[in-house]
Amino acid sequence: MPSGLTAQTRPPAFLPNWPARIAWIALIAYTFYAASILDVTWERFVTGIDNGMRFLARMVPPDTGASKLQLLAKGLYESIEIAIIASALGIVLSLPIGLLAARNLMPAWVTWPMRLFIALCRSFHQVIIAIVFVKAVGFGALAGILALTVASIGFIGKLFADAIEEISLKQVEAIRATGAPFMSVITYGVLPQVLTRFVGFATYQVDSNLRNSTMVGMVGAGGIGGTMFAAFQRFDYDFLLTILLAIIAVIMVSEALQNRVKKLYQ
Amino acid sequence: MTVGNGIAREWQRYTRRERLGRFALYFGIVLACVASLRTVEIIPEFLYDAPEQVADLLRRMWPVEWHYYPKGVHEVLIETLHIATLGTILAILMALPLGVLAANNLTPSTTLNYFAKFLLVSSRSVNSLVWALLFVAIFGPGALAGTMAIAFRSIGFVGKLFSEALEETQPGPVEALRSCGASWLSVFIKGYWPQVEPAFWAIALFRWDISVRESAVLGLVGAGGIGMAIDSAMNLFQWQRVALMLVVIFVVVLLAEIVVTAIRKRII
Repeated sequence: MPSGLTAQTRPPAFLPNWPARIAWIALIAYTFYAASILDVTWERFVTGIDNGMRFLARMVPPDTGASKLQLLAKGLYESIEIAIIASALGIVLSLPIGLLAARNLMPAWVTWPMRLFIALCRSFHQVIIAIVFVKAVGFGALAGILALTVASIGFIGKLFADAIEEISLKQVEAIRATGAPFMSVITYGVLPQVLTRFVGFATYQVDSNLRNSTMVGMVGAGGIGGTMFAAFQRFDYDFLLTILLAIIAVIMVSEALQNRVKKLYQ
Repeated sequence: MTVGNGIAREWQRYTRRERLGRFALYFGIVLACVASLRTVEIIPEFLYDAPEQVADLLRRMWPVEWHYYPKGVHEVLIETLHIATLGTILAILMALPLGVLAANNLTPSTTLNYFAKFLLVSSRSVNSLVWALLFVAIFGPGALAGTMAIAFRSIGFVGKLFSEALEETQPGPVEALRSCGASWLSVFIKGYWPQVEPAFWAIALFRWDISVRESAVLGLVGAGGIGMAIDSAMNLFQWQRVALMLVVIFVVVLLAEIVVTAIRKRII
């Protein structure tokens, strides 16, 4: 080794990054500040653990009485129905909406209202949309279906529009150059490039809808959520555990099904 | 099947099994949709007067009660943001060790991997509102329950994506560090961390964005934040206040998205 390159003259391999360190310290300081604001104290945590133990003790064993199981089956079935219909509607509607919101295909006066509509669908949580629909169409499955449809449009529509904006325009131009009408440009130039991604977003949304359909019932929009909230409010904690286990089982089955579907398309 | 005598060879893109599988899938989808549509309980009368009801709702919401903001919304809004942020920070703290345990290249034990993955999956399977219900039962109503609900729901999300990022790292720098006899911590901080840091921040910001949306509704089950104010305003039919809060949530969610995009551009 030449004498000029000894360890003393070499700069340190890892220089301290002061801005990052200050940011870390600020983050830690914020954590303590927020914890104090929100009254997150050790005492409350300890009493909470105590409460939690009693809560858990009341949950086991899960209630599997025949009438309860019937209630569970009815709620779950309705949840699954809500998820299926909302997914179908959402997927079908978000296809044209996504196309209209793509800035490389449409003029600005079409994309802006569409983008705003998608942003509006996206920014509210499903439960808040469900509340509004419960007021509009009354209690029951319809409100849940509409709420999840809106949420699906917000999610698939945005990602689909973004995916279209990333396509290569060469194929689109090639098809346009042959004098093809607008619909043919879409079906042969645009869709083949984005369809796989669209299917990906759609399957993700089906999964998400299934999870959320178990919850919109809490505000009266149909499905198992209503049963669950009622069980919680009546301190029926053993039935609550049955419902939770059933929901987790349904979601796991759906994930297994999705893996099979994904394999089919690989 | 010969090409020479002029008989065209018939090409098929998929095997018979693949085609059958796809057909079964499409058939299943159609069947599920039809079955659901036929049995779902929808009261048509409710659907017919929906436009009237929506118009009525909008009329009740207008004019938005803007002057109520400093009195009853600002405080709960800040609380909501604290719940989302603190919940996400707690989740990241708990998700980091779980993510390391779930990554096969860092923890070469399949049992431990599966154990960590099971914990991550169960965290994700339970909805944040359900987590909030459980924590309200444990800690009582208030922001603590909301924070814990956000944290426990986020662990699965952050942990899963973080362990996937860890598994995609290049072994080169890690081996280089190991060959100089670096300790496990040094290998992690100087070998793995620089490779996953951009992904880590992207995950953290993405999750924070989602947490802001979710923390706005946790109050509906009593877990603090703006949701509690919405719930009480709705129970009292004060729709003008509800409208104000919806507008506030919309603005906050949009701002959160702008902030996240700006930070992402800077650090990733």
